[in-house]
Amino acid sequence: MTISPPTSPGGTLAPNAEPGEIVVDVRQVHKHFQLGKRRVPALRGVSLRALRGRVTGLIGPDGAGKTTLLRLVAGLLAPDAGQVLVLGRDATQDSLGVQAVLSYMPQRFGLYEDLTVMENLELYADLQRVSHAHRRDRYQELLHMTGLGPFTRRLAGRLSGGMKQKLGLACTLVRVPELLLLDEPTVGVDPLSRRELWAIVNRLVRDAGVSVLLSTLYLDEAEHCHEVVVLDQGEVLDQDSPRAFSERMRGRSWTVEAPGARPRTLRARLARSPGVLDAVIQDERVRLVSEAGTRPEADTLLAGLGGAVLKSVEPRFEDSFIALVRTRIPKAGVSTGRPETRASTQDPTAAASPHPARSTDSPVIAVRDVERRFGEFYAVHGVSFHVDRGEVFGLLGANGAGKSTMFRMLCGLLPPSAGSLRVAGVDVRRAAADARARLGYMSQRFSLYGYLSVRQNLNFFSSAYGLAGGRRAARIAWALEQFQLAPLADSTSADLPLGYKQRLALACALMHEPEILFLDEPTSGVDPVARREFWRRIDELAERNVTVLVTTHFLEEAEYCDRLAIMASGVILALGTPAEVKRLAGSSPEHPLDMEEAFIHLIERTERVGATS
Amino acid sequence: MSLAADHRTRSTSERGSRGLRLRGLVRKEFLEIIRDPSSIAIAFLLPVVLLLIFGFGVSLDAEHVPIAVVVDQPSAETAAFTAHLERSPYFEPLLLFRMDEAERAMRARRVSAILRLRSDFARRRRIGGAPIQVIVNGVDANTGRLVMGYLDGVWIRWLEQRGRDAGEPLDVPVSVQERVWFNSELESRNFLVPGLIAIIMTLIGALLTAMVMAREWERGTMEALLATPVAVWEILLGKLIPYFLLGTGGMILSVTLAVWLFGVPLRGSLAVLFAASTLFLLAALGMGMLISIVAKNQFVAGQVAIIVTFLPAFILSGFLFDIRSMPAPLQLLTHIIPARYFVAILQTEFLAGDVPSVVWPNGFALSIMALLFLGLSRLKSGKRLE
Repeated sequence: MTISPPTSPGGTLAPNAEPGEIVVDVRQVHKHFQLGKRRVPALRGVSLRALRGRVTGLIGPDGAGKTTLLRLVAGLLAPDAGQVLVLGRDATQDSLGVQAVLSYMPQRFGLYEDLTVMENLELYADLQRVSHAHRRDRYQELLHMTGLGPFTRRLAGRLSGGMKQKLGLACTLVRVPELLLLDEPTVGVDPLSRRELWAIVNRLVRDAGVSVLLSTLYLDEAEHCHEVVVLDQGEVLDQDSPRAFSERMRGRSWTVEAPGARPRTLRARLARSPGVLDAVIQDERVRLVSEAGTRPEADTLLAGLGGAVLKSVEPRFEDSFIALVRTRIPKAGVSTGRPETRASTQDPTAAASPHPARSTDSPVIAVRDVERRFGEFYAVHGVSFHVDRGEVFGLLGANGAGKSTMFRMLCGLLPPSAGSLRVAGVDVRRAAADARARLGYMSQRFSLYGYLSVRQNLNFFSSAYGLAGGRRAARIAWALEQFQLAPLADSTSADLPLGYKQRLALACALMHEPEILFLDEPTSGVDPVARREFWRRIDELAERNVTVLVTTHFLEEAEYCDRLAIMASGVILALGTPAEVKRLAGSSPEHPLDMEEAFIHLIERTERVGATS
Repeated sequence: MSLAADHRTRSTSERGSRGLRLRGLVRKEFLEIIRDPSSIAIAFLLPVVLLLIFGFGVSLDAEHVPIAVVVDQPSAETAAFTAHLERSPYFEPLLLFRMDEAERAMRARRVSAILRLRSDFARRRRIGGAPIQVIVNGVDANTGRLVMGYLDGVWIRWLEQRGRDAGEPLDVPVSVQERVWFNSELESRNFLVPGLIAIIMTLIGALLTAMVMAREWERGTMEALLATPVAVWEILLGKLIPYFLLGTGGMILSVTLAVWLFGVPLRGSLAVLFAASTLFLLAALGMGMLISIVAKNQFVAGQVAIIVTFLPAFILSGFLFDIRSMPAPLQLLTHIIPARYFVAILQTEFLAGDVPSVVWPNGFALSIMALLFLGLSRLKSGKRLE
């Protein structure tokens, strides 16, 4: 067989490629699922093509149908109507034939946790009938690529999240497939591992001419693809190269720089301005996307902001994606992302109960020289920081950096081995219950009762916080209204799309109007549109003097924090405003670093120090 | 570049590697069994614990039953009778002198029966009346009945002995010659332990299999597995083989313990025992597979397996309770429970020997069930996620 030379990313493709070049051909596919009594459409007449030797990315919010589409291609689901062809074979009729030429890595790749790294590889080599003669070289190569060489005898269950994901990819690649299907391969993976995963995929495409069809929630990853398919609510909105997507936005992408203004406040203000479709914080500036055909008037937009500058910037894929999804007519009940001008209805209780800005000199959270040992191992070692009232403070770090341990100690769920922890003026070691009554906590996995409806969950959490009678009814009404959960009030929580679960979890944590909010990985696995909305809510809370402590591994989200701490191996590597942290990592006006680069620099620097000392 | 080279050599590497997938799956399963303490516990620890409990602890025989003996007027005769009672292995007599004390002891469940020797005990015995009164606690009907029977026996034997001693043979109108076949000591352990093998194999075949299948769904390994070119029969056999071997291991362990530790006789042939176990194990594995098709998380799988396989095997198989004494609808229900046929074969094999009239029909029923359950699970499982 011939291996076609790969084209550079973004290179233009002939729309009518020769028939042999089409690896995946999805034709007018419909697919629905039965959820209880509801018939939920997952795909509605989807057609798309993926070409040989190229990376095709499926991008879309939660519930767009990405996973369903990949499972159809892998022959794991049968379409209600339409046809899926993989290298000319029908994926439904000839599933085994299709599965012989493709490798599929599901979202939660099933590693056998009781098996070692090598045993997992062996199993997949057996399943893919890789001959023993080829195995040694293949394993060596895969272990080298993934950096798992030193861990072949470790149980898969004992690997870190990033390493597990790399092992999953290695297992998927024991036999070089013609088509590689990856379902959100980088979700929940730290930035370093994410880069490594992409390096592996790119090498595979370049050296072996493998075709890749993958789904992702990270919009910046779209730029790594040759071809991007934007899916939303089971329909293909568009398919094109990422460059072409960006090109359409030319003249609609802007940044606003206002010296002295807090980026968070500036962003909130700009987002509400007419003609603005999207506003995000990027490198201490606010990046805007204007509505089609309108040119933002600098005078009206920046009125009252002395010295603010509006600049036109190079558009990126993300701008185009948000514009595509935002300008769609919302489907009944479930609206994806409405522009904030309309979404931010007046909060009925906003004016009624702002937390009084008490003496600002005493911090709401004060952590001094805290350490936590587990046997010989320091999960947290000599950590000190403080958070002021109304501040959004971020804890960033890879898996195992000590963020969750720090969180548990702050909630009074885990006693520190040494040091002092004060939350809302209360020593957590002595009076954890007092502190807990004043804080809201939202855990990584959105601890909801899956079998209860949305309303029942709200009811339960408000009773758990001691709300009764009229106050409880008022808070539940508030939550349903504010979080746009009313149409889904009687749906079972487990059936909600992830973005809605996250909203509900946040609502539950806010039922008792806490003055402090702890958010542990609140946006993990949530799509970009829902994440924007989430941060808008956090902004609003902070404006009302709620103190927010948040962990995240989406580094662009660090920009939403007033201050942040980067943690690794239980210690704080850098602490300060986003700009300060980047400077600490070596960012300069000549060589500006974005948050992800800053993070990787900091981690690598400490690893080097660790290696030499 | 070896990555590219692999592409071309793949077709040749596929040839001559039949059975590679199945071997991989079976090996994986064994590695998981060895590393997962809960599998080991269900496969080996639970059989031993159950055998010990049923072998040593649970007994359906009534022995050392505490009874209150109220003697209204002590005499040489009453002393002779109570002494006789003390020697019996079935009773622990508690001598009392007032009826109300005895009643209190009965209410407090300190004694299971009251035996009252009236003041005219000696006179009544001579004229052949009823000199003793027996009050039995009927709450536990089984023990109550046994106690009544035993007391009758003790009484008759005492009368006989007294008669012989006095040279006046007792005039019993009909005398019954009792012979107990197959389990001559009437030891309940001898039929409980063989029946336990059915329970243990149900646990390994159905419960463990259903749970490990559910675990694959839960952890997402099944989705990854299904996306490989592996065939459905390979996945099913990949589960059947290891748990079949594990179940057989459990059976060998149980039979050994039964014979060596508890001294249960094994009168039938090992070959028949093994053949019947194989059939039953296949049926149990089939049930486990079927359950896992419905229940895709371990909690539900465990619950369903216990309710539809373990409990019926325990209660409706004739292991503990005689099927013929059940109400007719329940008797009908027992016919769809594979353990029923296996328990019948097991009890016969251990206590009576190879009895063709028991082995053949029950063996036939087991084969039908094995075919039914395995066939259904093959039909119902496909390489789709819904």
